[in-house]
Amino acid sequence: MGKTLYEKLWEEHLVVAPVGEPALLYIDLHLVHEVTSPQAFDGLRLNRRPVRRPDLTLATADHNVPTDPLSVPVADPTSKRQLEALDENCREFGITLFARGNENQGIVHVIGPELGATQPGMTIVCGDSHTSTHGAFGSLAFGIGTSEVEHVLATQTLPQQKAKTMAVTLTGAVPAGVGAKDIVLAIVQRLGTGGGAGYVIEYRGQAISALSMEGRMTICNMSIEAGARAGLIGVDETTIDYLKNRPNIDMTKFDSLAASWRNWVSDEDAHFDHEVVIDATTLQPFMTWGTNPAQVVAIDGVVPDPSTFSDPEERATAERSLTYMGLKANTPMREIPVDVVFIGSCTNSRIEDLRAAAAVAQRGRVASSVRALVVPGSHRVKAQAEAEGLDQIFINAGFEWREPGCSMCLGMNPDQLTPGQRSASTSNRNFEGRQGRQGRTHLLSPAVAAATALKGRFATPDEVLA
Amino acid sequence: MKAVARVTGTGVALRRSDVDTDQIIPSEWLKRVERTGFGQGLFSEWRDDPSFVLNQPEHQGAAILVAGPRFGTGSSREHAVWALMDYGFGAIISSSFGDIFRNNSSKQGLVIVQLSAQLVEELQSIVEQSPNTPLIVDVQRLVVEVADFDWIQPFAMDAITQERLLEGWDDIGLTLRQSSAIEQYERTHASHALNSTLQ
Repeated sequence: MGKTLYEKLWEEHLVVAPVGEPALLYIDLHLVHEVTSPQAFDGLRLNRRPVRRPDLTLATADHNVPTDPLSVPVADPTSKRQLEALDENCREFGITLFARGNENQGIVHVIGPELGATQPGMTIVCGDSHTSTHGAFGSLAFGIGTSEVEHVLATQTLPQQKAKTMAVTLTGAVPAGVGAKDIVLAIVQRLGTGGGAGYVIEYRGQAISALSMEGRMTICNMSIEAGARAGLIGVDETTIDYLKNRPNIDMTKFDSLAASWRNWVSDEDAHFDHEVVIDATTLQPFMTWGTNPAQVVAIDGVVPDPSTFSDPEERATAERSLTYMGLKANTPMREIPVDVVFIGSCTNSRIEDLRAAAAVAQRGRVASSVRALVVPGSHRVKAQAEAEGLDQIFINAGFEWREPGCSMCLGMNPDQLTPGQRSASTSNRNFEGRQGRQGRTHLLSPAVAAATALKGRFATPDEVLA
Repeated sequence: MKAVARVTGTGVALRRSDVDTDQIIPSEWLKRVERTGFGQGLFSEWRDDPSFVLNQPEHQGAAILVAGPRFGTGSSREHAVWALMDYGFGAIISSSFGDIFRNNSSKQGLVIVQLSAQLVEELQSIVEQSPNTPLIVDVQRLVVEVADFDWIQPFAMDAITQERLLEGWDDIGLTLRQSSAIEQYERTHASHALNSTLQ
């Protein structure tokens, strides 16, 4: 029988499997950011251990950085201290760091791929659960905690237990106006927040193959929202085209690299432990209504009525969510006003996301009741968007055009919701307080976010393009 | 990591599902560069509410959290584990856990006990009725025991995790014993060293 992509990646990176101990996997790329690393570097110092492979380690500052103009200093002293700690640690241990203001700086899951550091067939870890993003390149990529960050810094390996495999197949093509974010929201709704626990998910099928790399990254990014540590998409010509001429790609060897990359796919007859099939032709623009990312509804739909839920626990969860969100059952989603629109995050801040939002934004102006932010994922994305004139489209329409970073996705920097504010956000988590204390988050696609900004309530692009 | 053979103490029921790590420790706490002092931030948004279960006098000093399903989903922040342990919890019981949270817990010696949803519900009722009843999570025998109620239930844990908890192993020290295998791997596999643009 053939092997799945996951099994191939596992076997290729197996260092040793001692009896009675977990298997040891080699890590090809370790991405580091300021939030989950300081205590790991302290551990190294305490035990007088060096970083084993600084040449396989890449750091950037993203979670804490303000998105104000670079001339504005970091005001929050604890954020400043954490950013300084990353500077000092990278200098002491010889790790490349793209700090605030560096031309390569950006959200860790945006810069890895755009620099070509992320490549097919690799193992990639980072102290961040959205590391699953890099699985879009046929690489095994997953988030780790700070103890594991220290482990990888010291040994370039991780003890791992083998995951189960799940295939999620999207058959057929999505209807016009439906994109990667809608697909992944549908997947998370179908699997639930715990459905992927213990699994590595491989996404496949016509609707996945048709996606750009940006779209595939959006899909793999939210694997963790269904509980799976890693998501995978097999390599094809779209993958290879994306990597061409990226800074870390040796173009003198590109053909042989590409030939080896093409092997990172599941065999035709590979067996998965679990399979899920979703008919892509039935999908439509989606958004979340509650406080976990599986609470998804069509934008055409209404706020669900918990009293119709048969499972008592689900009903209690839904009631709690609606109270927090300040919503009434059966309200049409399109009638709900928003206060803030956030376009950004490791889910949706790449050039294609900004193009999709700009195409809508140029048809009108941001409603007077709305604050709308566009936060490019990296300086490279920002520069590309500016070269295409997207910044002017956003600014002319009344959006704020900001410096790169994680920003309002998790509100560790000054970009936060105030209590009770409702946001339409292209990020990945609608947890209570995620974007600011008592803030209310609805997850949706960049195009829907832009339409919502113009209308001042949840809206789809056709409402402004018509 | 300190060895842990058993966790004893009173329990507290958290009757909420999908308690993600953002709820366990909100992101404003993540700016700290220390590993200690996170107990104060544990469930900080909910603890402002006087009726929150951890604010009840009868549950002060609880050592075992009996939580709803899908506990510890979301963000990889190990700060969630540090916060639970700093507050005083030594074991978490639920019907399911986030994968990264479970992994992080095992690195710190926070004991993760998975029981069926029905047994979790039974245990929640017990600790709500009798907040002072002592519970025992025994890592050696792999049982949860409430002697006062004659309630004893086995739980599963893989042998490696169990041994690591009982022995208090230092994971990095263990791996470094495999240094020659790591060197051998590096000699026989193509390097992915970042090129000069990125170094």
